[in-house]
Amino acid sequence: MLNVALPKGRIGEKVYAMFEAAGLECPSIRENNRKLIFENPEVGVRYFWVKPSDVAIYVERGAADIGVAGKDILLEYEPDIYELYDLDIGKCRMAVAAKEDFRDNPQKTLKVATKFTNIAKQYYTSLGRDIDIIHLNGSIEIAPILGLSDVIVDIVETGTTLKENHLAVVETIVPISARLIANKSSFKFKNEAIESIVKKLSEIGEASHT
Amino acid sequence: METFDSVLKYEEKAVFGLRALYRKFGYTQYKMSKFEEYELYVRNKDFLVSDNVITFTDTNGRLMALKPDVTLSIIKNGSDEPGVVQKVYYNENVYRVSKGSHQFKEIMQVGLECVGAIDGYCISEVLGLAAESLLSITADCVLDVSHLGIISACIDRLQPDEETRAAILKCVGEKNTHEITAICRNAGLDETLTATLVKLISTHGTAETVLPVLRALCADDAAALACVEELASVVGALGNTRAASVIHIDFSVTSDMNYYNGIVFRGFVMGIPTGILSGGQYDKLMAKMGRKSGAIGFAVYLDLLERLEEDEQKYDVDTVILYTENDDMDALRGTVRMLTDAGQTVMAQKAVPEKLRYKQLLRLCGKGVEIVEANA
Repeated sequence: MLNVALPKGRIGEKVYAMFEAAGLECPSIRENNRKLIFENPEVGVRYFWVKPSDVAIYVERGAADIGVAGKDILLEYEPDIYELYDLDIGKCRMAVAAKEDFRDNPQKTLKVATKFTNIAKQYYTSLGRDIDIIHLNGSIEIAPILGLSDVIVDIVETGTTLKENHLAVVETIVPISARLIANKSSFKFKNEAIESIVKKLSEIGEASHT
Repeated sequence: METFDSVLKYEEKAVFGLRALYRKFGYTQYKMSKFEEYELYVRNKDFLVSDNVITFTDTNGRLMALKPDVTLSIIKNGSDEPGVVQKVYYNENVYRVSKGSHQFKEIMQVGLECVGAIDGYCISEVLGLAAESLLSITADCVLDVSHLGIISACIDRLQPDEETRAAILKCVGEKNTHEITAICRNAGLDETLTATLVKLISTHGTAETVLPVLRALCADDAAALACVEELASVVGALGNTRAASVIHIDFSVTSDMNYYNGIVFRGFVMGIPTGILSGGQYDKLMAKMGRKSGAIGFAVYLDLLERLEEDEQKYDVDTVILYTENDDMDALRGTVRMLTDAGQTVMAQKAVPEKLRYKQLLRLCGKGVEIVEANA
């Protein structure tokens, strides 16, 4: 039985559709109920819906053999897993944003508000820039407006939220998309099943690009 | 009935098995103090699994550490005589920060080190013992083996800058071929050589299936090809043994290249989500510590084995015997002895402890007992 952790929400539904097309169908998952675990013994798959930021933990700890997590989560938590395929969906970017009239003063410590402290630290370390990290859990966009921070490091999809709050992207740190990840031990002992799904997903991906 | 074997925990049984295995091949036990001078670890911080070390100031003012690692002490205290190989095993507790809890943990670790004038025989012996170590735990195991010389040669040919090289190496450990392709493309590195590296990372399996692919991939690189032949020779030396059957060539094993060189490996057993054995050849660490010779060794992380424990016992004890202060103590002792001689676990109590799970509850009555409750 292959245990698959899917991220709850719109991306998760897209991912399931891809897995279904790859032959790992589980019709009960489409039933409208509050169940979180779905199983199809005939094709040997068990799906469970988890919070998108928790997928990597389920996979790293072996509760799931494989899962789909955003690159942002993988960069932030650096789980000890295999990253096997870029599903090329849920595309966005990790970016530095600031007030439209922001001008960086390199002589001052830069105040950075973010949910992604690890990514922000690594990015500014690579630039040799001294920063003061302010960890926030949500509504990051208001930090520069209220003077809490000079810039924010956050995910930008369309940029509408930034624009509506008179913010603009200063720099793109890294492009983000959904990635297929696998537990290292499961990859050894369920190798055929995992490699087969990677192959089918990449075939589906290639077909959609042609 | 409880047997000696059933009383032992999984990791305790494993310790006995591993010690017997290593002694069979002439490895002697290395005993060390719980403390070591902190300076030893500071100088080789990157070699440690975690940066954090518990320190304290000794009565003589020296800064000491609770050992986070055993290998560094073995090298420090070992001799460096030409032509001599020191073969030791250890069974020690180490103190590290757990990645999950971010708190210090005492971890039971068993391992061995082969230090000195090591040759092909020593390397294949250690590799074989690593495989046998996994097999002594369970038959469902895999020992991933890689050669850092091959990975290094394939990356060097791309001529990346230091930052790109580090990013590529991280991806190698993740089997992240799509990211390697993107990194190399963005850095303007050679596409054909990138494709060779991607093929190398994607190739894994038994020596029989992988070696021909490696020979073809490294055909035009003498240094890489020499490493492939070394890998073939070390793995081939194990012949058709049980140990050879669990060996799997996989280049996602990437230990720190500042310390390790040559053969590196990581062991997995079914039911444990992370590697439980890690090792390799660390001649570079030896050189950093002023030694002229080489070394190879591995550690088995026994704390992870508790995940393999079978279902928890349903009962804490077979029988609880209730008695009062007025009861005959000789009769109580006699009853307890009779039941323990019959192979039962017995607890004599004046009242049943809260949450204790037992098969039967007896009460002492004169010279005999009466059954108060029977659960099984």
